[in-house]
Amino acid sequence: MGEIDEGLRSELQRQGVWVTSMQELYNWGRKNSIWPLQFGLACCAIEMIATAASRYDIARFGGEVFRPSPRQADLMIVAGTVTKKMAPQIVRLYNQMPDPKYVISMGACAISGGPFKQGYNVLKGIDRYIPVDVYIPGCPPRPEALLHAFMELQRKIDSQKLSGADKAGFLKPEQPSEFPVPAFGEHDLQPPANPDVYHPPKLERV
Amino acid sequence: MTPNPYLFIVIFAGMALAFPLLPLGLAWLWRKFFQPPKPGVQKNAIYECGVESIGEAQVQFRSQYYLYAIIFLIFDVEAIFLVPFAVAFTGLPIGAFVALLVFLLLLIEGLVWAWGKGCLNWAK
Repeated sequence: MGEIDEGLRSELQRQGVWVTSMQELYNWGRKNSIWPLQFGLACCAIEMIATAASRYDIARFGGEVFRPSPRQADLMIVAGTVTKKMAPQIVRLYNQMPDPKYVISMGACAISGGPFKQGYNVLKGIDRYIPVDVYIPGCPPRPEALLHAFMELQRKIDSQKLSGADKAGFLKPEQPSEFPVPAFGEHDLQPPANPDVYHPPKLERV
Repeated sequence: MTPNPYLFIVIFAGMALAFPLLPLGLAWLWRKFFQPPKPGVQKNAIYECGVESIGEAQVQFRSQYYLYAIIFLIFDVEAIFLVPFAVAFTGLPIGAFVALLVFLLLLIEGLVWAWGKGCLNWAK
C-alpha cells in the first residue's frame, strides 16, 4: 500500500496502465455499494423512499439495496423523529450492524428533536447515543439532500485509510463497535446521553 | 481425441465451488490481516429486529390445536383433489366418478363431524 507519485500515475494512465492500491480498491468497492438499513421513523422516511424510487434513484450511487436485517447493512439512515421509546431499539440495531458502519442523521428531528424538541417523549438528537457521520438539515430534507449526504458519505469512505496511525476507526481494535443501550428511567432515558459519543458544541456567550 | 463428457461436470462443479469459496476466503484473509473482529453481546444476539428476545424459542403449543389441523386438512385435501376432478370431469368413467364421490363424502363426513362438535363457531 505504498504511495504512488501522482504524476507517474497519470502518465501511466495516459499510456493505458491503471495503477491502484489496495486501499483505493477497497474504498472504491465499498463506497459504491453501500447497503442502507431499511427502516424509517417518520415523514423523513417518505423522502427516503422517494430517494430510492425511480425519480431520484439512489441506485445510481450504489445504495439501492435496502436491507431488512442489520447484519447485512452498512449504513443507517435515521430518518425521522426518534422517540425515547424507539431510541433503545435504534441503538441496538446500530450495535448489531457489522463494521464498517455509518450513520446519516436525516432531518431536523434526528439531529436535535426538530419541531418536537420540547416534547417529553422526543429524543433530542440520535447523536447522543451513536456516532453520526453526516447530518442533513431540513424538515424533511428533499431527496436531493439525502443524495448529497450519500455523496458526502462516499467521500468520507474514500478518504479512510487502511493503515497507519490515522487509519479508519473501525480498523482499530480499541474503538468500540457496540454502544451502551439506554434504558427507561423514571423520567428520562438513562443515561440521557453517552458522553463518549455526544460532544455538543460549547456555547460561548460574549 | 474427444474429452470425457463428464469432464464438463467436473469443471462446472469446480467453478461452482470456487465461486462462493473465493470471496469467503478473501473476506477471511481480510479479517485476519486488516479488520479486528469486534464481537459483542448484542451483535451476536440471535434476534435482529432491535428488540430483546424474551424467553425460549422452543415453546409448546396446546394440544387443543389439533382441531384446526384437522379442519385445515379437510379443506386442503379437498381442494387438491377437487381441481383435477373438475378438470377431468367430462372424461371420467362412472367407476372413477363414484370413487371420487365416496372420497369426497368421507371428507364431508369429517366436516359434518367438526360442525356438529361446534369447532366452526367463532370463539367468543
